[in-house]
Amino acid sequence: MSKEKYPLRRKLYGGTMHALMYFSVFVTCALVLAIIGYVLIKGLPNITWKLLSTKPSYLSNSIGILPDILNTIYIIIACLVVVLPLGVGAAIYLTEYAENKKLVGVIEYAAETLSGIPSVIYGLVGMLFFCQFLGFQTSLLAGALTLVIMNLPTVMRTTQESLKAVPQSYREGAFGLGAGKWRVIYTVVLPSCVDGIVTGCILAMGRILGESAALLFTAGFAHALNGFFDGLTSAGATLTVALYVYAKEEGEFEVAFAIAAILMVLTLLINLTAQFTGKFFKKRRDT
Amino acid sequence: MSNIITSEDLCLWYSETQALKGISMEIPENSITALIGPSGCGKSTFLKTLNRMNDLVQGVKITGTVKYQGQDIFAPSVDVNLLRRDIGMVFQKPNPFPMSVYDNVAYGPRTHGIRSKARLDEIVEQSLRGAAIWDELKDRLKKSALGLSGGQQQRLCIARALAVGPKVLLMDEPTSALDPISTARIEELAEELKKQYTIVIVTHNMQQAVRISDKTAFFLLGELIEYDDTEKLFSMPQNKKTEDYITGRFG
Repeated sequence: MSKEKYPLRRKLYGGTMHALMYFSVFVTCALVLAIIGYVLIKGLPNITWKLLSTKPSYLSNSIGILPDILNTIYIIIACLVVVLPLGVGAAIYLTEYAENKKLVGVIEYAAETLSGIPSVIYGLVGMLFFCQFLGFQTSLLAGALTLVIMNLPTVMRTTQESLKAVPQSYREGAFGLGAGKWRVIYTVVLPSCVDGIVTGCILAMGRILGESAALLFTAGFAHALNGFFDGLTSAGATLTVALYVYAKEEGEFEVAFAIAAILMVLTLLINLTAQFTGKFFKKRRDT
Repeated sequence: MSNIITSEDLCLWYSETQALKGISMEIPENSITALIGPSGCGKSTFLKTLNRMNDLVQGVKITGTVKYQGQDIFAPSVDVNLLRRDIGMVFQKPNPFPMSVYDNVAYGPRTHGIRSKARLDEIVEQSLRGAAIWDELKDRLKKSALGLSGGQQQRLCIARALAVGPKVLLMDEPTSALDPISTARIEELAEELKKQYTIVIVTHNMQQAVRISDKTAFFLLGELIEYDDTEKLFSMPQNKKTEDYITGRFG
């Protein structure tokens, strides 16, 4: 080793960079924690059983978000029922059947572009197409279908990625035993990647839960209490839209923060579920 | 001994590259035929043509004929799934499905329509016994096959192939990923199996070919250079290239 002293300049330089990075980490963490803390502190005390279990009433001058909770659930169910078969089906076709790899590349690229488009544009198109052209009016169904279009590329892409991750040797093994194409897909390929599909589906749920702009255009603002099928054909606000309405148009900030806290807890739950399912399926495969 | 598979002037192209150049050979029943040659010589390609696994590769073009029990396997009337039931395959890397040992072996029979639990139990036991792995696995039939050792996995794959009741077993370097003891087991197993099955094995290991095979085919650059009884081919090769290869001058 040389006896030369390690230059002070370098030491200073290294130290400064180190400090700068600590600072970035600190700011990032502080921001996230501050937002979460602020919303939870403002929101949690306002969550009451009455708020969760009633609908808004002008007579008793009370606010309840049960209709909004139900609307959110309806929209999630309606959207998933359509988007899952479509997205998974398209992904299976593109990865397992399609011969023209160039075309597949173009479709994949288009899907990726689509998933990056601002959701307000989907709202605009959904309003013109579903509400007006197809005559669904402003309804949960129109909202759900708009979200289908929005989520289709992501569901398709996540499914495709998990299909591609299935080792080719599994397929060869099954073909080698005389299994037909669909049997190979159904009995070997899909079970090996079901965790990816389920995770994609749960994340799609998260996006549906968090979507507001597209729904403002298509699903409307009503807080009426409806059953599933009546609910789909009538206008209704989901939790996120209700949050916007209560905060911006009615000035009910306690309610808005309560909804925000609920949404945050739900998002956390959804992400945890996604992680947990991934691990669950992996464990089940390996034992 | 009658020939179970005959290929005549078989040529195969992957897109523009010709991988097989006019291969004509006859594979006798209830014997072990070894295919040897340096990497990229077409031996694996030839093997995979015999049960049409090459159909899965895009841009493959084939001319010439391959007959299995006198029937052209490329004829439109041939159901490729039934062909592969008769001509099973064991791959280079053990590839058990991510399911239980039992479900792995039962996969083939179930595919071909056997539903009865009793019948499946019987087939699973028979096949695992056939692959000389029943004693090791009988207590863990419900456990995942991915937890087995490499050698066990490969014998499980052989059992899986036996379960559909094939006549021919194609083995694509089945021991190249295994340790010497597992290799010896599989070689012994192959010699046992040839009483009932016809085995075609691709191997990089010339000692292996000498040890287990009855006939050996030497491939080079897509051509079949020499095909003879193993003993003869290794003791007095007719072709200079064969001699160079088996004496280790190249490859």
